Amino acid sequence: MSDRKSDLPGGRFVRWLNQDQDVLERQMIAAQNREPDSDEEMEEAWRRERFLEDQKEEEVVASRLEALNERKVPVIGRVVYMLGCMLICIAMIMLLLYTVTTLPGFGGEIDPAQNEVPRRYIEQGLQETGALNIVTGMILDYRAFDTLGESTVLFAAAMVVLFLLRLDPESNRYSTLAASIREEPYADTFYEPKNDSILQHTAKILTPVAFLLGIYVVLNGHLTPGGGFSGGAIVGAGLVLHVTAFGFEDIRRFFTYRTYQRTVVTALLTYAFSKTYSFYTGANGIESIIPLGMPGAILSGGLILLLNICVGFIVTCTVYVLYAVFRKGDV
Amino acid sequence: MFSKWLMNYEETAAVILFCIGFSMMLFNRNLIKKIIGMDMMDSSIYLFLASQGYIEGHKAPIVTGGVQSTEAYINPIPSGLVLTGIVVAVSVSALMMALSIRLYHRYHTLDLDKIVALTGREEA
Repeated sequence: MSDRKSDLPGGRFVRWLNQDQDVLERQMIAAQNREPDSDEEMEEAWRRERFLEDQKEEEVVASRLEALNERKVPVIGRVVYMLGCMLICIAMIMLLLYTVTTLPGFGGEIDPAQNEVPRRYIEQGLQETGALNIVTGMILDYRAFDTLGESTVLFAAAMVVLFLLRLDPESNRYSTLAASIREEPYADTFYEPKNDSILQHTAKILTPVAFLLGIYVVLNGHLTPGGGFSGGAIVGAGLVLHVTAFGFEDIRRFFTYRTYQRTVVTALLTYAFSKTYSFYTGANGIESIIPLGMPGAILSGGLILLLNICVGFIVTCTVYVLYAVFRKGDV
Repeated sequence: MFSKWLMNYEETAAVILFCIGFSMMLFNRNLIKKIIGMDMMDSSIYLFLASQGYIEGHKAPIVTGGVQSTEAYINPIPSGLVLTGIVVAVSVSALMMALSIRLYHRYHTLDLDKIVALTGREEA
């Protein structure tokens, strides 16, 4: 049956879309199914070999470190380095302090920074973006691609941290690093207090407040101080507080690595496409279908509310994921 | 000169903070202290930017009462730039700390000189 399906034009694409099987994955599975036993053995052997290699390397490093600790540090090089650093630092302080004396006065109105760009944002911002908060109108409307790049940087940083610190769940047997983090007596989290009642009672009171405040700040980003970044950080702090008090089991039920990936990618794509539409219509003089609304109402400001929610999701998930990865090496 | 420093006191504080962070990065061999120094440099830049946008007697740039003139509000651009800076600084600190953790697990020390010595002899 699957053969007939693949004869159709685009059949592979449809299968991939339905998540039946990845095209490459199917080939890999076919290759694995041929001789399963020998493959497994080979992988086992490879893992064991790598584990032994790692152990040997670690011993070598440890012995070298011991030798380094015993060796006398060359004092002269250190002194020269310190003197050079002092010179650089003093030169830098002098230069920067001199620059401060040439700056225009603090809080002055006649200042090269107060040019026509902020004037335009302040005088026309409300009419053009529909947001009472001029800063939000600026970063999510005029400079929306800047903010998209920012969110992408955050996502990329979280992915790299995951890449560096995530522990393969299957590597427990052979990786000393995984074992030292996971196995109880050596684990970093072993001596942490568990079921601390003061913390738990505080968290019970504070977590809902943090969530509500964060959601309020996200949704009112175009009317009051705040927005997706600050509100997302508050909600993320609430999640971290809950995890510190009650452990990871609760949150793992609905938030895993896969949820993180999907949420953030969906939010980034929504952001990118909706803003592309708005820039496209704006640049070509086409009437946009998104109304600006009454200034001051919650449903106003065109796309800004949607973009704030997207950014809020990204920041919340990233704050929580960074905490979880640093604490236990997994989401 | 002193009167100028006193007049621009926020910029002076930002510059001093920047230099403290910079010298922390140069004088400390510990990687975590270097990261703390870098974060202090970041914070000093935010202070500098925010003070550049401030105008005496003007309010935060949120339209109240329909007033829309540059007489009423401070410069909104540095605020937006500081927001960008904070987010990127968070990402960079997280990345640096993750790399330090990896280095510690590999070499069992956070001393940069020792790490360099260990890697140098490995190549030879």
